[in-house]
Amino acid sequence: MRSISFILRHWTTALGILLLAAVILMALTAHLVFPGDPYDMVGAPLTWPGESADTLLGTDSLGRDMAAGLFYGARVSLLVGFASALVAAIVGVLVGAFAGYYGGWTDDVLMRITELFQTTPQFMLALAVVAVLGPSVTVIILSLSAVSWPAVARLVRGEFMVMRERAFVHGCVVAGMSDLRIIFAQILPNVLPVIIVMSTILVATAILMESALSFLGFGDPNVLTWGTMIGMGRGQLRDAWYIIAIPGVALLLTALALNLVGEGLNDALNPRLKQRKG
Amino acid sequence: MSAPRRNLPFRFIGKRILQAVLTILGIAIINFFLLQLAPGDAAEALAGEAGTADAGYLANLRREFGLDRPLWEQLATFLMRIATFNLGYSFRYGETISTLILSRLPATLLLMATSIVIALVIGILFGVTAARYFNRLPDRLISLVALLFYATPPFWIGLMMILVFSVWLGWAPTGGMRDITAPDGGIAGVFDIARHLALPALTQAFFYLAIYTRLVRAGMLEVLSLDYIRVARAKGISEQRVAYRHALRNAVLPLVTVVGTNIGGFLGGAVLTETVFSWPGIGRLMFDAMLQRDLNLLLSILVLSSVFVVIANLAVDLIYPVINPTVELR
Repeated sequence: MRSISFILRHWTTALGILLLAAVILMALTAHLVFPGDPYDMVGAPLTWPGESADTLLGTDSLGRDMAAGLFYGARVSLLVGFASALVAAIVGVLVGAFAGYYGGWTDDVLMRITELFQTTPQFMLALAVVAVLGPSVTVIILSLSAVSWPAVARLVRGEFMVMRERAFVHGCVVAGMSDLRIIFAQILPNVLPVIIVMSTILVATAILMESALSFLGFGDPNVLTWGTMIGMGRGQLRDAWYIIAIPGVALLLTALALNLVGEGLNDALNPRLKQRKG
Repeated sequence: MSAPRRNLPFRFIGKRILQAVLTILGIAIINFFLLQLAPGDAAEALAGEAGTADAGYLANLRREFGLDRPLWEQLATFLMRIATFNLGYSFRYGETISTLILSRLPATLLLMATSIVIALVIGILFGVTAARYFNRLPDRLISLVALLFYATPPFWIGLMMILVFSVWLGWAPTGGMRDITAPDGGIAGVFDIARHLALPALTQAFFYLAIYTRLVRAGMLEVLSLDYIRVARAKGISEQRVAYRHALRNAVLPLVTVVGTNIGGFLGGAVLTETVFSWPGIGRLMFDAMLQRDLNLLLSILVLSSVFVVIANLAVDLIYPVINPTVELR
């Protein structure tokens, strides 16, 4: 409870939570607010926002409701963002924990592999995976986790290397506790706050990368996403710029919200980091 | 600066170069297996679905890549081709892939250099200012701007720049690298390219700007509290001079690593900017390769970009001990 009041003292964090809650609400209620298919034509093409009462945010060049696209797009963004961050966090924690705890050649091998994945430019690797395996939500989640886990692994490894030398860990070893139990039941809970903070940033990055993929036309063709909307609106930049502006602002606000929440969580969960940064 | 040269043993350099070669080898192997994952016949995947693949071309590809051979032999062939920079032929473009990539490289390098220089200048200015006005209005404003840039998809910034500066104000062209009517060389030719370069370079710079600003700010905050800064102030040196001449030198050290990473990753990061602005570089080439499912071209670019990263990282590793003599070589 103390940490909740701590979070609320910071208005930027509160703003982040509010924005994020709004996006989550949009995603959850999309099928209730807009029961039809977001790809269906609902009004005259290129209706400007505010021009018609039926489509408050206007329509695109094929008469699709911008607002419906915004709601359904929130679903895809959040699903891809959270799922890929979760996969990346799990893989990163496993690799980082073993590398940091055991050290030696385990560390060498695992870190060399991690470096390989970090060497290929992130977005390019994600693009290539999607190009080879074909665009679908599952492949996109996999490709984004494939490029995000190395950062987690490095962070977790560093934390484990420090924790490994703590007295309580030595105590566990002396007490005859198994390695796995020390890693997951003793050290991991202590490292969790850092992982959680990093994961919120991973979600934001994944959402931005997914939007970039679908902007380029390599998103899942079966779902409408914000990036797809921006990509399809490119042709109308001159006379109907709202088609690009509206989903772009949605993306910006979502990524901003996640970053703000991440910063707030960092202040709340890792007070020693905050002190160090002054 | 003579001390660091003395502790730059050849063993360190040799070890790093060996590591770099091994990394490139590892990446080539990952790419090879990525290609194996492609659904269907590898030759068809390589040829792409652009309708350029006739039976003769497919047979040629199979022979060239040794696709009828066992897997390890295919891998060996693949690695040999990369080592000798014999990357094959792109039917779509009617050129060898190595020529194609080399012809696109200058445009990307120009975009990279310009955008990183812009980001560095503004980032250092912002970072130093924010640190000097820690927790006051300028700091808050700069931090807010940095956060906004960090959270905005770069391709969207690019589109909005086109909207404002090309469509509404008419200051810059919407894309491309030069006008068809513009002269090829001379001052007019350079001016024409600069006009085309402005928006993509700024778009790309915004992306780095956020990171640079944060890094410089954090570095300055740490350095400004050190004793030698207090001494400099006590000597009556102006705040301006203390900040830029004394503190900044030590505060930008972490920036070197990040700029190195950015230079290395640039080929990959440029895909979006180059696509938005039709900039004829490597990123745009990669996008076209994806559209045509020209996997051979795609993976060649991917391997080459990774090699670029490895070289940039190696350069940073070698330069860092020279600019920061306190770092320990291992």
